[in-house]
Amino acid sequence: MARSETPTASPVPPRIRAPARAAEEARLKVTIVGHVDHGKSSLIGRLLHDAGALPDGKVEAIRAMCERRGVPFEWAFVMDAFQAERDQAITIDSSQIWFHTEKRGYVIIDVPGHKEFVKNMVTGAASADAALLVVDAGEGVCEQSCSHGYLLHLLGIGQVCVVVNKMDAVDYDAARFAEVERDIRSFLDGLEIEATAVIPVSAHEGDNIANPSSRMPWYDGPLVSDAIDGFTLPPADFDAPLRLPVQDVYKFDTRRIVAGRIESGRLAVGDTLLFSPSNKTARVNSIEAWNVSPAPQSAGAGQSVGITLDEQIFVERGEVASHLERAPVETDVFRANLFWLGRTPLEAGAHYTLKLNTAELPVTVQSVEQVIDPTDRAPRKGGVIERNGVGEVVLQSDRIIALDEYCVLPRGGRFVLIDGYDIAGGGIVGMEGYPDQRGQITVRASNVTDVAHGVTAELRRARNKHKGGVLWFTGLSGAGKSTIAVELERRLFADGHQTYLLDGDNLRGGLNANLGFSPEDRAENIRRVGEVAALFADAGFIVISAFISPYRADRARAGAAATERGAGEFHEVYVAASLETCESRDPKGLYRKARTGEILDFTGISAPYEPPIDPALIVNTDSESVEACVDVLLDYVERYFIRS
Amino acid sequence: MSPRDTASLDALDALESQSVFILREALNKIDNPCVLWSPGKDSNVMLWLIRKAFFGQVPFPVVHIDTGRKFPEMYEFRDRHAVEWGLDFTSGECPPVEEMDPSLPAAARSAARKTAGLKRLIEQNGYTGVIAGIRRDEESTRAKERVFSPRGVTGQWDFRDQSPEFWDQFKTDFPPGTHLRIHPLLHWSEIDIWRYTQRENIPTIPLYFSRDGKRYRSLGDSDITFPIESNAADIAEIIAELEATSVPERSGRAMDHEAEDSFERLRADGYM
Repeated sequence: MARSETPTASPVPPRIRAPARAAEEARLKVTIVGHVDHGKSSLIGRLLHDAGALPDGKVEAIRAMCERRGVPFEWAFVMDAFQAERDQAITIDSSQIWFHTEKRGYVIIDVPGHKEFVKNMVTGAASADAALLVVDAGEGVCEQSCSHGYLLHLLGIGQVCVVVNKMDAVDYDAARFAEVERDIRSFLDGLEIEATAVIPVSAHEGDNIANPSSRMPWYDGPLVSDAIDGFTLPPADFDAPLRLPVQDVYKFDTRRIVAGRIESGRLAVGDTLLFSPSNKTARVNSIEAWNVSPAPQSAGAGQSVGITLDEQIFVERGEVASHLERAPVETDVFRANLFWLGRTPLEAGAHYTLKLNTAELPVTVQSVEQVIDPTDRAPRKGGVIERNGVGEVVLQSDRIIALDEYCVLPRGGRFVLIDGYDIAGGGIVGMEGYPDQRGQITVRASNVTDVAHGVTAELRRARNKHKGGVLWFTGLSGAGKSTIAVELERRLFADGHQTYLLDGDNLRGGLNANLGFSPEDRAENIRRVGEVAALFADAGFIVISAFISPYRADRARAGAAATERGAGEFHEVYVAASLETCESRDPKGLYRKARTGEILDFTGISAPYEPPIDPALIVNTDSESVEACVDVLLDYVERYFIRS
Repeated sequence: MSPRDTASLDALDALESQSVFILREALNKIDNPCVLWSPGKDSNVMLWLIRKAFFGQVPFPVVHIDTGRKFPEMYEFRDRHAVEWGLDFTSGECPPVEEMDPSLPAAARSAARKTAGLKRLIEQNGYTGVIAGIRRDEESTRAKERVFSPRGVTGQWDFRDQSPEFWDQFKTDFPPGTHLRIHPLLHWSEIDIWRYTQRENIPTIPLYFSRDGKRYRSLGDSDITFPIESNAADIAEIIAELEATSVPERSGRAMDHEAEDSFERLRADGYM
């Protein structure tokens, strides 16, 4: 390195024209991960040195620094720049360094292996296209080898090469290498990651990094430099469904420009765009760009664009533009596999802010489905996810959000959770067992005007001597909903009230005969029941509906139908019974079939049930008889439908 | 470049698109941001990217932290382009070197004036975000930076405990009294800057081009910045030189090299 008193640098570079490298191709990003002290930073230092990529004077400067500190020379000091890192010979934060081989340019991302710095590991590794997983030949596969492997899986990094380091410390023993190779391959298999190679190296001695080793004649596979040249750049996702999350809307001049980055797919002037979750549509009028002529007519994945629309619809940050076909999922509840970085553990009932693409909204942890131990991937039911832990949760928001399943479209299916001021975790979205609610919230009819009734709700109430409204029973199959509902209807009718029972199987025969049991069809089934119940309530009836109705969102929509479109009221009644009780009753033999796999997606067994958060009434059939429950309900009707 | 008829992106397009994304996040999320303009090669690219992001506009106040010791060519370039580009331009003065930490080596102590000047301006104008054109490949503590990087109430960088940042989800919430540094060029390299400058035909201070066998590779205060020996007289020749060289970019910046940790100390205290 140049000193202040000798500011001019090395010999005059001649006026040469180096052969132009592929400037057009983006650099491939490789992250180096693995357990603490297995030699990640050393591997990078050595690789850069052997590839001739270190700046002049760097090695001498590090050698002098090591002498000053009285420590042995470490290749790791190339990357570990902080004083604290050099003092403790440990990587604290992720770092990036550029270099190139004959084939292409690279960004090498060094990350810390220490458990305490997982947040920095994730920060570095998340942007990588491929990974080198470093394992110490002597120590073999350790806790953070597994944890980093699992995080690669969650971060969606599928190209992984394993580097078995410190072969010098095991006397370049082929048998020991074979053992470590078997262990790490078996671990990665479980994550559905196939290692592109497993390479025995000594970073310290320079074996098999960029030069073949004479000390391991038994190995004839690729060198580390070959392995990284063997990685491939991810292809741009032009043929995937279009996703343009709205980042901002600008009005600097007369143009109203919707700005954002195309995450996948492509768009062209004239395309009709659907904005989710507002579900508004408009056509692309122009693609705006500064200092570009002529104006672009199309744009694709990876581009930050600005568009104008043919109609001045109100859209805002957080919405996602797509085409009408292959639109994103709309839901207010979803599953997630996540890693947790927060200072306080993640637990059911906790509130966080979700950021997914440009959308940002409050969410609640509905449940912790399982906590996962990355070393053996053994799931444990429930509990809390500790800092640096991983697990599966169900998240719920108050509003509908547009997203994609990670396995369908990764960039639309990953999110972070904010706790206070900081990112506290990240995860990927799954919709298993939950419906896309787009069908339930899309209003297709237009030019519709409500006609006011000549007979008002007050007139109906005066004649019936009670209000109309909905008693919405929800609970597991076998909890007693139908039994109680039938008895309640009989008693109310006997007392002279206008009442009608809507029961699951009856409506399935007619109005809902075209629906199956997929999450979407179940949601549509409940939507229709909710609308029918609202009509009956509007007609002055005390409607009793008896459906499992497992999803909170569906029940909320039924409630909105009754109170917003009908004149009636909506009372959510939780018919509660434990799963054990329901399964022992099993009046229709359904639990037995669900347990044997004869029925798939059975609520409570293989499909979720979301209990009400704040029901109007709970009747517990574990402990109460049918008669007692009906009495409670009759009291309730007396209070809220007749006297009030 | 921004969108073209073809949907495919080359390396410069990809760099540009990422910077545009970051700048748009900054405008959306930061109440009172400013952008630092030195006006060296990197910050000129940054202003260019800002105009790409905002369709010709520069919707941030543009700040020059003036040590009073820049090269005359830099002042000339600054004054001309501040007008030509229609910038909302402010110049902030720096306190004298005598007020700086005397335990710092001489050149670093002189460079610390810039930190003090910046802090003074942040305080005066209540900026909650400072957009700066630093790059990871310049220097090894910058290599560990975040794109949205919080600074404490006294402007200090807590590099031992940085916030996580991934999937382009940035830290945009922060306690009152603190501010964010936003680094839209962090992922660019020196050669990227020149290739983009060439492609976009971005105006450049002539000090970067060889005169009498010397040119400046990095521009700072005239008393602590030194030229390198070079015959590269235009951008194409600079690119060719960089493709062949193994001399670090900031080798002519005295403040980086006086002691092993001098730059780390400067940055921890709030230097760019």
